[in-house]
Amino acid sequence: MADLPFSFLFFSTVALTGAVNTVTHRNPVHAALWLVSALLGIAGLFLTLGSAFLASVQVLVYAGAIMVLFLFVVMLLNLEASMFEGLSSGRCASIVAGAATVALILFPLVEDDSLWTVPEPRFHAPASARTLSQLLFHEYVLPFEMVSLVLLVAMVGAIHLARRTRVSEGA
Amino acid sequence: MTEPFFLSFLKALVVFAIALGAVPALVLAERRVSAFMQYRVGPNRVGPLGTLQPLADLIKMIFKEEVRPDGASPWIFSAAPAITAICALATAAIVPFGGVLVVGERRIPLIVADVEIGVLVALAMSSMAVYGLTLGGWSSNSKYSLLGGLRSSAQMISYELTLGLSLISVLLLSRDPEGFGSFGLRSAVETQAQGGLLSWNVFKAPISFLLFTIASFAETHRLPFDLPEAEPELVGGYHTEYSAMRFGLFFLGEYAAMFVSSCIIVCLFLGGWHLPFVADEVEVDGFGALLQLGSFLLKVGAVTFFFIHVRWTLPRFRYDQLMSLGWKVLLPVALLNLLVMGSLVALKVF
Amino acid sequence: MAPLNAYLILSALLFGLGVAGFAARRNLLMMLMSVELMLNAGNLALVACARRHAEAHGATGALMVIAVAAAEVAVGLALVVALFRLRRTVNADEVRQIRA
Repeated sequence: MADLPFSFLFFSTVALTGAVNTVTHRNPVHAALWLVSALLGIAGLFLTLGSAFLASVQVLVYAGAIMVLFLFVVMLLNLEASMFEGLSSGRCASIVAGAATVALILFPLVEDDSLWTVPEPRFHAPASARTLSQLLFHEYVLPFEMVSLVLLVAMVGAIHLARRTRVSEGA
Repeated sequence: MTEPFFLSFLKALVVFAIALGAVPALVLAERRVSAFMQYRVGPNRVGPLGTLQPLADLIKMIFKEEVRPDGASPWIFSAAPAITAICALATAAIVPFGGVLVVGERRIPLIVADVEIGVLVALAMSSMAVYGLTLGGWSSNSKYSLLGGLRSSAQMISYELTLGLSLISVLLLSRDPEGFGSFGLRSAVETQAQGGLLSWNVFKAPISFLLFTIASFAETHRLPFDLPEAEPELVGGYHTEYSAMRFGLFFLGEYAAMFVSSCIIVCLFLGGWHLPFVADEVEVDGFGALLQLGSFLLKVGAVTFFFIHVRWTLPRFRYDQLMSLGWKVLLPVALLNLLVMGSLVALKVF
Repeated sequence: MAPLNAYLILSALLFGLGVAGFAARRNLLMMLMSVELMLNAGNLALVACARRHAEAHGATGALMVIAVAAAEVAVGLALVVALFRLRRTVNADEVRQIRA
């Protein structure tokens, strides 16, 4: 624990505090803002992993567009304060569920000693924009096109779902 | 590509000083240029030719009373203008103010953050700047502010699309020294510098230039796209409830964003620091670096003059006109332009 | 870079927090935010493992996940908005039945 690099500790603290505050705050706007800070922390972690491109995409798309959309919806829905709920009676069960998930994931990891070593070389950045683009347009071109189709379908669907209906539907 | 820390720190200080120093210059320039355009004189009492007017404005803003509306969340209310200002100033880190300064055997690129993802940082910062407006509008706990803030943010995220697409179509033309494409502004400028005057991207990709400039106007909330802050329409929009230094920060963020947008336009389209016969080489000594910086700032001044000129010439767009322009006109044109530029690059025309 | 286990432990913690948030909150918007947290934890694990093996396939996967998450958030929020218009609530416990 003592020899973890400072950048990792800093960004992981930001991400963890953001995550904890996201799931605990009652006001959705505050929770959304804490989620933005968690996403920025994760972008910093992508930077420490040598992928500056993914870090900037994370800030651009996730923190900059998706969370803005969240904030728009939260602000426009204009929820009354009475609709804010804290952690409800299912709190114990949910904390247990969360802890169980963490334990299940962690159990095989802490056994494996080879995962505690730090890989060399220090400034090697395999996930640079260049390598990512070469992979994306050569080996993964079909998933790339499919993702663009998914985005198109989602766009059409979202516009249709959120549109005000002109004819009032019977209950 | 590691640099000693003190060097990066020094460069960051210098760039910060330039960006912060440009803001009062732009404030004064706006008032004087608009005055001359309207056949009056403008501020000329404070200091010679009114040059100390921004200082007077700053002193006024510092001493004004800070009013905070009741029910406004204090942290978010204070943080919102800071977010806009920080994002605008942080973008100045990726702008190449000159070529490569050669001191002894050390080569110092005159750019604070010489990363491979240059313009993506600019786009990311403009995405984060949306939060400043949204939160400023929402945390003021007032109808006008909320509506203004949401309108502002919707405008910004709509025009980010055109910004990004026109950016891609001009980045296709830039090459780094190894021959690959690059997101970095330094590669864009060096490609234009090595080609001479006619290889400036404004000649090779004029439609991208037009689209990017229009989108920059919308991103920095300059007229004709400044409805969200227009007084007759929304009493000031998202900064209605802000006074004194917090308003000063919003103001600073707006002018810094204008300055940095002009810097990016100059680097991408107008050749950056390159000026034929005056600032030709990439690797220079001290005097050459000064010439490069001078020609860069001259071009940035010309572009900001254009920003100011347009503001006081054109009428304001209505909100629905603004949104339909962004989505129904600029976005299809940007897509077609990308298609055309991509085909031209693939056919090795460029 | 920190050792791979550090990133994976962090990713597991974030994922667990997302699960706890999803199970505990009844507000649909908060549940969506917890889902986003889980997705990001997965992304972190993907990129960390890609870095460990000095290749970029994991990072490409992470890029796809970001794009699909954007699509999912758009549709999810549209659903929440439509539901709010119909039932005036975003509490998951109050929308148990299809017919009002």
